[in-house]
Amino acid sequence: MTAIDVSSDAVLERHGVTREEFAKIVSMLGRQPTLTELGIFSVMWSEHCSYKSSRVHLKTLPTTGPRVLQGPGENAGAVDIGDGLAAVFKIESHNHPSFIEPYQGAATGVGGIIRDIFTMGARPIALLNSLRFGSLDNPLVRRNMAGVVAGIGGYGNSIGIPTVGGEIAFDESYTGNPLVNVFCLGISKADEIIKGVASGVGNAVFYVGSKTGRDGIHGATMASAEFDEKSAEKRPAVQVGDPFMEKLLLEACLEVMKTDALVGLQDMGAAGLTCSTCEMGARGGAGVEIDVSLVPQRETGMTPYEIMLSESQERMLLVAKQGREAEVQAIFEKWDLHAVRIGTVTADGLMRVKERGVVVAEIPNTALTDEAPLYRRPYSEPAYLREAQQLSLAELGTPAPAVEVFQRLLASPTVASKRWVYRQYDHVVRTNTMVLPGMGAGVVRIKDTARALALSVDCNGRFVYLDPFVGAQLAVAEASRNVACAGGLPIGATNCLNFGNPQKPDIMWQFVRAVEGIGAACRALDIPITGGNVSLYNETDGRGVLPTPVLGVVGLIEDASRVVRRLFQTTGDVVLLLGESACELGGSEYLKVAHGLVRGVPPRLDLAREAALQRVLVSGAAQGLFKSAHDCAEGGVAITLAECCFSGTPGVEADVPPVAADAGFGDIATLFGESASRAVISVAAGREQEALELARREGVPALVVGRVGGGRVRLSVGGRCVVDESVETAERVWDGAIAARFERQQTVA
Amino acid sequence: MRVRVFVTLKPSVFDPQGTTVAEALHTLGFGSVDGVRQGKYFELDIAASSADEARQVATDAADKLLANPVIESYRVEVEAAGGAR
Amino acid sequence: MKFAVVVFPGSNSDHDAHYAVEHPLGEQARFVWHKDTSLGDTDAVILPGGFAHGDYLRTGAIARFSPIMADVRRFADAGGPVLGICNGFQVLLEAGLLPGAMLRNDSLHFRCEFVSVRVEHADTPFTAACRPGQVLRMPIAHGEGNYYAEPEVLARLERNRQVLFRYVDAAGQVTRDSNPNGSVANVAGLCNEARNVVGLMPHPERACELAINGADGLVMLQSAVQWFTGRAPAAVAVRGASSLSA
Repeated sequence: MTAIDVSSDAVLERHGVTREEFAKIVSMLGRQPTLTELGIFSVMWSEHCSYKSSRVHLKTLPTTGPRVLQGPGENAGAVDIGDGLAAVFKIESHNHPSFIEPYQGAATGVGGIIRDIFTMGARPIALLNSLRFGSLDNPLVRRNMAGVVAGIGGYGNSIGIPTVGGEIAFDESYTGNPLVNVFCLGISKADEIIKGVASGVGNAVFYVGSKTGRDGIHGATMASAEFDEKSAEKRPAVQVGDPFMEKLLLEACLEVMKTDALVGLQDMGAAGLTCSTCEMGARGGAGVEIDVSLVPQRETGMTPYEIMLSESQERMLLVAKQGREAEVQAIFEKWDLHAVRIGTVTADGLMRVKERGVVVAEIPNTALTDEAPLYRRPYSEPAYLREAQQLSLAELGTPAPAVEVFQRLLASPTVASKRWVYRQYDHVVRTNTMVLPGMGAGVVRIKDTARALALSVDCNGRFVYLDPFVGAQLAVAEASRNVACAGGLPIGATNCLNFGNPQKPDIMWQFVRAVEGIGAACRALDIPITGGNVSLYNETDGRGVLPTPVLGVVGLIEDASRVVRRLFQTTGDVVLLLGESACELGGSEYLKVAHGLVRGVPPRLDLAREAALQRVLVSGAAQGLFKSAHDCAEGGVAITLAECCFSGTPGVEADVPPVAADAGFGDIATLFGESASRAVISVAAGREQEALELARREGVPALVVGRVGGGRVRLSVGGRCVVDESVETAERVWDGAIAARFERQQTVA
Repeated sequence: MRVRVFVTLKPSVFDPQGTTVAEALHTLGFGSVDGVRQGKYFELDIAASSADEARQVATDAADKLLANPVIESYRVEVEAAGGAR
Repeated sequence: MKFAVVVFPGSNSDHDAHYAVEHPLGEQARFVWHKDTSLGDTDAVILPGGFAHGDYLRTGAIARFSPIMADVRRFADAGGPVLGICNGFQVLLEAGLLPGAMLRNDSLHFRCEFVSVRVEHADTPFTAACRPGQVLRMPIAHGEGNYYAEPEVLARLERNRQVLFRYVDAAGQVTRDSNPNGSVANVAGLCNEARNVVGLMPHPERACELAINGADGLVMLQSAVQWFTGRAPAAVAVRGASSLSA
């Protein structure tokens, strides 16, 4: 075998390691690294694993609170939900693989986040996902989306965890860089959260799960580099998921956790065996010694380099207490799994990798984790911004009639029903789903308690593009408002930050300002961030995605019988609009659909007002006062009112006061403007005064705008009827828009 | 010995996957492809002392597990000695 | 009344069935591992939904060979009530305890949604408390629910009144649109000749409580209690549980 010069430019470039980073490695080790060691550093110090461009900024987020049981730094976060239970949750991305191989990329993304949850000792009970694609007019986008949806369903359905909600939006910037963010929630006993820690000198280190193959080697590095035309060659870096194996692992691990034979557990995700070994060691302040020749392999002739960097799925690393090894192995055998001892916990703080007894890599665990490079990348406000924030309605010409705009918005994929998608997901397995998908926040009950949890994932990338600081706050506001509409008090959040290339000051500025915005909103709304994920380099050929910081919020509903749903119920119920409306079309769906523009400034957000609105929503639900609630988002109040009618409802007659707007845009701005901190609620006839009083006490503007009934969606502005459609007609447009795009053309799965 | 087992849906059973593949081929310009049936292909590595023995093992495996006789039929091919493909 | 819920590796509605029996129904449920050779002392057997063995090869194809299946067959041959739900139905088909086979949904997509099914006959352990013609609203969640039987077999099933459930519209009519997967004659479920083994694709155990969007499935479990104990079920505790149709 020819000796490879690890310090050569070609080798360093292949590994995504800069010359400066290499020098740091040499100084940490006191010598040149072996090729295996270089491989290990390259994955642990990759953006995806080390967060080197983002850590500095993420540290500014609020992560503590009376309910927080586990903040960032572990496989998932956890908050106390009462009755001795914890909600364990996180959101993660699998963007790059989902472009390269949509089905498996999305499937393994689901598999990865599920493992992160059960590795903490929590049984996963719900999934949500936040997806972004290019335009559905593009057949490659349709094919990509079909594959992603099939992959999410294929994995989640098979392992038996319901997908209860999510969001999907479309914009050309995502064409070459779809976003696939998956959120998972699990429940565990609050005092039985398992950590990913290796400790106790002499304790056995076990490997359990699928055999290791050559999948995904350099996957973590790939996720840290942009795509270009050569990306097609990177195809082998996507793994094939096995949900059946993961189901067995899940059940076996949960059984093992019921004994107290476990010291620590971690799944092998990005950077595989390397990552789990050194992270567990670093957290436990211990060393871990393993011999790769003991690792079960499904291909022949694998080198230590390959074994350490493989990203084969469905594998776990665990540390058992001394003397309890046989007990642990027996539980795995019951599930036809083999837990193989591959190493031992030591006292020297090193990750020592051997092959048949010969040391091939020896690195201090902290060098790979805590001491990974930390970059303060330069950032500056992009040149495009000031200009893009200008919006003159007068320059848009005469707006189309409101009814026409209404129909076009209902048919716009970002607004339209996502039923074509979520009917491919099992959303009822485990018999906890109280609110079905397509109805706002997903709500699952917690058996053996009186409680339920409301879950939502949200982000409006256009708003973030036009003002990252405000846009990111709006994402926090929207996600927490959604759970509040269901009656859930927001108690914790996780974020998935999807951005372009952080080495560009423009993009880094978007990132920094977005993180600042998230922090500001979370502090004002008292929602701690318990963990999350950063996905950078979402660019193809230099063109980046809209900056998309997705927020996943968990809301606690103390009395599950008080869950509030979206749909209007009974003829005669009174409809109210909470919050203040203004002429705010910047970054709106209207502007995009009718004029092809992403311009203006995002809606103003007053966080105190938002907090007050959420208090009203939670209170109205808890009192059993609100019969329905739905927040205003893309498409404005007209779309909100329509969605409250879809389906099987008596319809609505509403009259909203006009907002002042230039150039004849009064109706448009009133019906389709996207002012923040607003919600449409309904109450039983005769109880509207109670609702108005509740809002008044919290300082939330509130107005009766109409009544449920009439069989139509009849919307007036200042007494003048501008939209009058039968519920069925409007619903057909909304329900069929996405399905029509797929069923018209054939897409081969 | 390597034995190949081809499992296909019986002709009377509607094959939506095959139909979809055929339509997709047509949109890609393969106008001369009249029809497609989709099936499964298994490669069995069998320790046997003769081709007949290997064939019997594979046939039994197909009868018992690999094919569902209600909807599927199968055929068995023993690879020529020497592993020629 | 004691229900045994068989757990195959990859079953996931075993929890749903167990919970439905113990809570809304108020009877006893016990998990039985697929490697056990005996069902133990039980009055009814449920083969639950899920993805036994990952649905690899064909759904239910490997599970039918599990050690427990010999005792399930013995229990069925002796006249014991056996309910196969979704994947459980697929296992019964592969095991030959019910006739026919399952194909992939004609849409080629997994489908999860609430559907209406019409109960055709009330003389089985799992429909004893139903009326013929009664329409039940229950969720489906499957990628391979396209039931197939050769024409002669289907004709025999119809003659013998073995087709137990059909997909229908809200008014109780069999229509093309009400069929979510292309199954022949809109068959959603059927029973064996002896009428004690029932299989269906929809999930009654996931429709036993209004809190989770529907309680029409409860009557099927109550039927088992009625059939077994000879007692009619207690007045339905859930308001508006059944959707009765002409």
